[in-house]
Amino acid sequence: MAIFDKLHPISSALQDLQNCGVDSVNVVIERFTAPFEAVINGRRTVLAGTNNYLGLTFDQECIRAACEALQQEGTGTTGSRMANGNYAAHIALERELAEFFGRKGAIVFSTGYVAILGMITALAGPGDIILIDSDCHASIYDGCRLAGAQFMIFKHNNIGDLEKRLRRLGKQTENTLIVVEGIYSMLGDRAILADIAAVKKNYGACILVDEAHSLGVLGKQGRGLAEEAGVEDDVDFIVGTFSKSLGTIGGYCVSNHSQLELLRFASRPYIFTASPSPSIIASTREALKIIRARPELRSRLWENARTLYQRLKDMDFVLGPAPSPIIPVRLKDIVKAVAFWNRLLEHGVYVNMVLPPATTDGNPLLRCSVSAGHTPEQVEQICEAFASLRDVSGPHLMS
Amino acid sequence: MQDYRELVVKICDIIRPFNKDGIDLNEETDLAGDLGLDSLKVMELLVTVEDSLDISIPLNVLPRVRTIKDFAEQLQLLLSERS
Repeated sequence: MAIFDKLHPISSALQDLQNCGVDSVNVVIERFTAPFEAVINGRRTVLAGTNNYLGLTFDQECIRAACEALQQEGTGTTGSRMANGNYAAHIALERELAEFFGRKGAIVFSTGYVAILGMITALAGPGDIILIDSDCHASIYDGCRLAGAQFMIFKHNNIGDLEKRLRRLGKQTENTLIVVEGIYSMLGDRAILADIAAVKKNYGACILVDEAHSLGVLGKQGRGLAEEAGVEDDVDFIVGTFSKSLGTIGGYCVSNHSQLELLRFASRPYIFTASPSPSIIASTREALKIIRARPELRSRLWENARTLYQRLKDMDFVLGPAPSPIIPVRLKDIVKAVAFWNRLLEHGVYVNMVLPPATTDGNPLLRCSVSAGHTPEQVEQICEAFASLRDVSGPHLMS
Repeated sequence: MQDYRELVVKICDIIRPFNKDGIDLNEETDLAGDLGLDSLKVMELLVTVEDSLDISIPLNVLPRVRTIKDFAEQLQLLLSERS
């Protein structure tokens, strides 16, 4: 049927991958043997592509809280909060998030993707402008398309380009929402947030920072890049996810703007989605307590990140610009990326294979995400697996 | 306001370096189909046009742009909104 014709490019891309002997988009984790070890293709495998930065998915307190909530409140809410009502725990989590971030209010969403869609579409509509960093996540692009506002991109972390675009907007800057990320999900680099916040203030625009990959990772208290950069007061909206450092699923927005409560009623992705289940809310609340109470997890995460980054750099891999819990191994050839990814899996290491157009420069990359929960032995195994790639590629890894 | 013809000439001038196969550039030239521009090249082209006219082109207009003619019409619209 003609309606399926548009799927042909996807079908042929998948076929090309399978012809290379891999099925990287259909990896099956058969069972877990440890928090960062699982059986894949019958082989014990270290998981280095999870975004589970603090290693909380198997935390016993989080699991206990989830089990209790399951027993007391059941498996799901079976509807949206506006239709079915709020559970007390939804409101408690919003209060705790607002308190953690030192903000007046918070909204909890069912996923991080929905949080981004929900906030961008509630904030910007026809007649408004959205300016986003070119390296922003697909959810931000999707939110812009759904919003109906005019949206433009500025060059990644290029303050001159952002300023030039704001200048061109003239008085429209009052209706402009700037969107950037705390840590960018592909290259692992941070937004130059202090500079961006200063420019935003000069032009009277509004800014939303997606701290999906930086919550629990950056800042003395783990509040993310806005805290680390010392510009929390200048950031209008912080959006994030529960599905990375907090080890569950869901999303949030925190803000000091009194209109946040009204935005809840203007956010169709919030209104028309089933609310997070009680067990998810319960384990998220426990995980948030852990972020506050155990800063040593953040220290361990960065220790592991710096170790892996340096070891891979010493092997002459081309990486992201600085050590980060997201370490991209950047390649120029899809066939080589596929061969490397296969070899890593054969050596019992799973990383994310990211192919264009999902990458920022049209080239493939192997994306490692490091965790506080990786043991020194697991980090060593990841390093050894990458070292084994020399046999595949010869001494010049980028050639 | 910029004349439509002037915009077509300006776009053709800007596109020339992207026209590796040296095909004949006119209003009906298909940016993706005839010139084979991928998404990265389209973005590069967009930025060059933006700087040349000192405007910002919203990405929302891209689905409405297939040919040089479409592009010139969209630019004309944006320039008229600004003036």
